[in-house]
Amino acid sequence: MTSSRQLGQKQSATEIDLCAADWLQRQSFWAWGAEDQAALEAWLAEARAHRIAYWRQKAVWENAQRLTALCTSMSRPEHRGSAKNSRPLLLRIAAAAIVASAVGASYYQFSGAGSGNEKTFTTLVGGRETVTLADGSQIELNTNTVLRVRADKAMRLVTLEQGEAFFDIKHNATRPFVVTAAGHRVTDLGTKFAVKDAPDRLEVTLFQGKARLESTDKLSPPNTTILSPGEVAIATPQSVTVIKKPQKELADQLGWRRGMLTFYRATLADAAHEFNRYNTRKIVVVDNAAEAELIDGTFPVNNVDLFARFAHAVLGAHVENKSNDIVISY
Amino acid sequence: MAENLDSGREEADLRLTGAAMTAAELEDWFVREVLPLETMLIRFLRRNWRDRSDIEDLRQEIYVRVCEAAEVDVPKSAKSFVFATARNLLTDLIRRENVVPIEAIADPDSISTEGDAPLQDRALIAKDDLRRLQNALSKLPPRHREAVILGRIEGLSGREIAVRMGIAEGTVSQHLKLGMHALTDLYLRDAIDAGRRS
Repeated sequence: MTSSRQLGQKQSATEIDLCAADWLQRQSFWAWGAEDQAALEAWLAEARAHRIAYWRQKAVWENAQRLTALCTSMSRPEHRGSAKNSRPLLLRIAAAAIVASAVGASYYQFSGAGSGNEKTFTTLVGGRETVTLADGSQIELNTNTVLRVRADKAMRLVTLEQGEAFFDIKHNATRPFVVTAAGHRVTDLGTKFAVKDAPDRLEVTLFQGKARLESTDKLSPPNTTILSPGEVAIATPQSVTVIKKPQKELADQLGWRRGMLTFYRATLADAAHEFNRYNTRKIVVVDNAAEAELIDGTFPVNNVDLFARFAHAVLGAHVENKSNDIVISY
Repeated sequence: MAENLDSGREEADLRLTGAAMTAAELEDWFVREVLPLETMLIRFLRRNWRDRSDIEDLRQEIYVRVCEAAEVDVPKSAKSFVFATARNLLTDLIRRENVVPIEAIADPDSISTEGDAPLQDRALIAKDDLRRLQNALSKLPPRHREAVILGRIEGLSGREIAVRMGIAEGTVSQHLKLGMHALTDLYLRDAIDAGRRS
């Protein structure tokens, strides 16, 4: 006697569970097009048991991502409980330490020995430079950035000392691409991403493919995050927050590659802060009320005067040139 | 103690909230409220149904019935509702098949859902979550485990896993499928011996 017969089922529960697991692995790990999605949806629509089996597999699989924390902690002597960072995420700034690591049984064995093939690239305030590596990967340095590159047969390692860079990486599973910055590392898993090292945090934005973000700081909670396209990880020594950004905002964020800064509902203070990254003439916002003004618009990164005129004409702010600074007040 | 049918008996709260759910809400409710009960549900079924090979089908049928009902009207207590559904299903089957399994089933109300302990402290469960995941992972067959680790933890694609493991992509697919499936059972049934076996 089997209940499956009594319950009038064609397929056993275990068979359905296996189907659900198969759908999930196909969806997660292999090429997945509109036809696949339609086939999955048709299967899900066939029976409530199918939907439930799929939810069940998916819930555990998604939860299993927490395992990454364990694996990171294996490479650490200890970790503290995570303190939540409550800092508001006002600035669209990403400061990231990205490390690409060899994946496998042993994690991140970096040799401390000085290597002769390490190169350092630097841009000045307002500068921009594109570096093409031997494998065709490209690194675009934004303003005021220092970056070291070391590549050997086993791996490609970039250290972002300061600033911001955009990475368009030729992926090679056997030769990982790792970016380290500000106590974190980003491992390229086939990807285009940007890393920005801001004073209070590291920001990693993923545009294409996949990347893994981890802390390299032994005192930080073990936190490994796998980023999907459109996601921005904001990492501080205490926490990693992932937010999803709309396509439009992502494109705006890379405006600097074209020499443009785009703001959407940014405060005057945030906008000034962004401009100041690119210019030696600094904008100083002196009035609190002015700081709360929200700005939409696109400006050339190096045209501080245009921005000042905008502040005066559109926001009605008082703009004053003082020695090397532009002072905006109300 | 866990096996004592009389322990932890409680007043079942079978009230409804009068609210319907969308498909997405239903999934969320199912994952949040029903799935954590799986360990308890499987124990209950094993204790009260002698044929082990039926357990998975019974579990699935209970989930289907629970979701069917919850879609229309969300139960106040998922736990009471799940176990009431389980009792009803077993009782129906016994009447229909005219079989008399173990004594307890003769009086469906006497079927205990046993101690709430595993569910009472959700914070504790969350804390325990990583250990359960790790435990489940460690019980997978080595090749399945390797594929799952490379895929879920290292974030590799199927093709990259194939390169790393030096095996065909079709084999990776199989490893992932079986690994995910076993991981789900093991994780949801932490502390139940051997997981699913027929």
